[in-house]
Amino acid sequence: METTTLKQLSVLARITKFWIIRNKWRHQMVVPFNKIMKYKNFLSWQRFASFLSIFFLIVGVFSPLQSFAKEENFQDLLDQLSTKDFSEKFNIVEEIVLKNNPETKFILNSLLEGKIYSIKSTKKVVLAVKENKKYTTTDLVNNEPLEVFTKSEVTKVRINNKIRKKIKTSLALLDLTHADESIRLGAVKSTYKSISKEVVNTMQLLLKTEESEDVRNSMFVVVSIYNLNSDNPSERIKAIESLEGNLEPIVKVQLKKLIDNDLDEGVRLKAQKALEIIDSRINIFKTFETLFFGLSFGSVLILAAIGLAITFGVMGVINMAHGELIMLGAYTTYVVQLLMPSHIGLSIFVAIPAAFLVSALVGIIIERGVIRLLHGRVLETLLATFGVSLVLQQIVRTIFSPLNRAVKTPEWMSGALEINGILSLTWNRLYIIAFCLIVFTVLIMVLKKTSLGLQVRAVSQDRSMARAMGVRSNWVDAMTFGLGSGVAGIAGVALSQLTNVGPNLGQAYIIDSFMVVVFGGVGNLWGTLISGFGLGVINKFMEPWAGAVLAKVLILIFIILFIQKRPRGLFPQKGRSAEAN
Amino acid sequence: MKLYKDISKIAMVASLVTAISGPTFAADTIKVGVLHSLSGTMAISETTLKDTMLMLIEDQNKKGGVLGRQLEAIVVDPASNWPLFAEKARGLIEKDNVDVIFGSWTSVSRKSVLPVIEELNSVFFYPVQYEGEESSKNVFYTGAAPNQQAIPAVDYLMNDLGVERWVLAGTDYVYPRTTNKILKAYLKANGVADSDIMVNYTPFGHSDWQTIVSDIKSFGSEGKQTAVVSTINGDANVPFYKELGNQDIDASDIPVVAFSVGEEELSGLDTTPLVGHLAAWNYFMSVDAGVNDEFIEKWTSFIGDDERVTNDPMEAHYIGFNMWVKAVEKAGSADPEAVQEAIIGITTANLSGGVSAMMPNHHITKPVLIGEIQADGQFDIIWETSGLVAGDAWSDFLPGSKDLISDWRSPLGCGNYNVKTAKCSGQNY
Repeated sequence: METTTLKQLSVLARITKFWIIRNKWRHQMVVPFNKIMKYKNFLSWQRFASFLSIFFLIVGVFSPLQSFAKEENFQDLLDQLSTKDFSEKFNIVEEIVLKNNPETKFILNSLLEGKIYSIKSTKKVVLAVKENKKYTTTDLVNNEPLEVFTKSEVTKVRINNKIRKKIKTSLALLDLTHADESIRLGAVKSTYKSISKEVVNTMQLLLKTEESEDVRNSMFVVVSIYNLNSDNPSERIKAIESLEGNLEPIVKVQLKKLIDNDLDEGVRLKAQKALEIIDSRINIFKTFETLFFGLSFGSVLILAAIGLAITFGVMGVINMAHGELIMLGAYTTYVVQLLMPSHIGLSIFVAIPAAFLVSALVGIIIERGVIRLLHGRVLETLLATFGVSLVLQQIVRTIFSPLNRAVKTPEWMSGALEINGILSLTWNRLYIIAFCLIVFTVLIMVLKKTSLGLQVRAVSQDRSMARAMGVRSNWVDAMTFGLGSGVAGIAGVALSQLTNVGPNLGQAYIIDSFMVVVFGGVGNLWGTLISGFGLGVINKFMEPWAGAVLAKVLILIFIILFIQKRPRGLFPQKGRSAEAN
Repeated sequence: MKLYKDISKIAMVASLVTAISGPTFAADTIKVGVLHSLSGTMAISETTLKDTMLMLIEDQNKKGGVLGRQLEAIVVDPASNWPLFAEKARGLIEKDNVDVIFGSWTSVSRKSVLPVIEELNSVFFYPVQYEGEESSKNVFYTGAAPNQQAIPAVDYLMNDLGVERWVLAGTDYVYPRTTNKILKAYLKANGVADSDIMVNYTPFGHSDWQTIVSDIKSFGSEGKQTAVVSTINGDANVPFYKELGNQDIDASDIPVVAFSVGEEELSGLDTTPLVGHLAAWNYFMSVDAGVNDEFIEKWTSFIGDDERVTNDPMEAHYIGFNMWVKAVEKAGSADPEAVQEAIIGITTANLSGGVSAMMPNHHITKPVLIGEIQADGQFDIIWETSGLVAGDAWSDFLPGSKDLISDWRSPLGCGNYNVKTAKCSGQNY
């Protein structure tokens, strides 16, 4: 294992070195080479042989010394990174890449992560790890631990975007022979933006050994994109043909350039046609993307609203503190992450039941302490719960400070699922859609299949009859409210991955939640589901041409008009009790 | 009859209270009003500024106060409620007899306070970057005007990063709208085509950025270097940056330069996907200056939290407060009228190791810094203006305000003097 990676590294190092050096010295090399050709006649074989033997002798004698000198030089080179001038730094980074020492990859990565510091007194550049306000340093070349410094004794080696880009592309080229197929694929794709003769040569070299079909295809794309600028019109046409329907943005840009500037009529026409095909494909995928955005926005709405659909829809209680119960769920996620800092990925799964319990508990307290006492008085309940919401906000402000709290996103939830150059679905949204559907299914099951669900439905349909049948309506009220609040807490866990965790989190969602529930039809969970997805999708289809502000306004106007026509929402509750309400 | 009794009772109690409290408090302090929201939406930003003021005042008192008198902070909470700002300001000046007020964050709260401050002829220090187009006799703007933040940032993007396409994204209210209007005029004057500028506004607290980020992505994928100039305010930034990270928009491809994102905003955020995005301010916590280290040290020990950060509006208060102290000392009195006159031309150290001066237009001189977000939530300064930039109240790039100048020194004494018509158009903005 070790040896194979090492071998790969050295092969790849040679390849990269080869083209980087060529790239840099191409022009300068022409002259000395010609000179050598001139002197060729003076060199006899004999002379050449003796020259060789002397050469090897020298190399043999000095090689240990030389490697020592090299190490010294490398540290010297690294020390130059302490300069403040970014363009100078850029050149040094370039040189570090060229040197291609075994440590290069590690050094570049550490630079990206901001772990490289320079010691102020000696100007030596080292690796430093910050711990308890102290900086533990290590030598970059021989990995030996050095002294511990305080903050004022070291300065960070800062890099800017230009250097960062350079490092990233250099690292990507090193990854072209990585053992992992997906990393190789990513490395090839990262060259799309800066395709040059050298890159193409490297690709052609690698194509001979590359086995994965996907990686080969993307390498061919690189070659074709390069050939779009070939001198030969038929080569260009061939390249256009092979890129037909390719959705990478760079292809579109290159084709546009051809249409505008190409001298050959045939190429222009061909490029025009290829662009039309690409555009029509892009349109299809853009529609898919908008649909996905709509569904994911809808699932956020549903998550926020579904707890309300239970408390407001089933129980008929207007709970203005619903948003704050969501907020409590989000803060629970934050606290859980604080408690298990080394298991961020796992923390979400712990946070879900924890948030449910916390919000459910607070919900039950609100129900027992406030809402029960105001039973049947809608306006008083509204005002009282609004007061509760302010109290909860201020409590959170006092405990956690008014500042937002950072909730970390687990590794598996960040990034996007790339389908092609145009369409990529972000993982966190995909998970939230799935999560929303799971929560919905579980809730439906609870209401339909459990005895609690049966009692909840009985009480909501006819309270006095249910009591006559021996249902403890008080207990059912508390449990229902707890269930709705707990689900709000779960929504908070999901929202903590999308937006701020701060005292105002809840306020942002309370209006949307009521909107979804009212539009879907009070007392109907399916209505909430449909209306949530519906509103999300409509909103996202309107946003591109109306803008975010106007889209929201239009949606509200639409709902107001709709409620005029159908006061009970999309799916009104049927039955005697509903009409009696 | 009972009502009358009650009233007389209240009156008696009230007179008693004033009789007791009056002499003890009025001993000989100079009163400083602090008008920052401690509850509501803006509490997130403004609480810090209130604490900064308390720290500065405490520090000054340790040095013996001003003119031998101790300073007394009067803190009120306008609760992020704009009309309440005006009410509280009136209370501060009329009831508490403060000589100066430090306060506000949003432009709308400043506009709400403005008529009161002018009517009662007090002194008001405003510490946040804003859209300009204002110069009041009574207000001192220690935050950045557009030419001290937005314009240099755009210059940097244009000249150093070679940006050719621009996305101007902002929250839908007065500061982003005016700033973007100025920027658009500036870009066009620099030869940027209309089709290379995309303007987008979103509501306060916008949280679903999928469509907009996807639009930015396709806008930026057309072969020209693209950058986003963000005037997105407060809370909406977190989901915006999260979405950028998730949709794989890398700072080296499409950098975002923000005017409202500082250290404090980043402290509520997992910054790993944001590394390399930019912000333009006049101060960063990472500024390498002795005076800054001292300030940070003082701040963390005052607040009792080693992890607390400092930010640009805090520096503005630091500068504003020290200028006011110097002006009071120069005038020999804390009387607002005297301070207004004395403060013009006053210089004081800023936290980036230089010196800031109060200009005749009530704006100050500041350096402009561009910083890159780092993984630890701090900014690395990658560019700064070679000298100080003087704040310009009236933008040179807007048709209406081009001809206006502001000079509050005695011969002119006007905040919006029109050089073409040679008229002072009075205090109506």
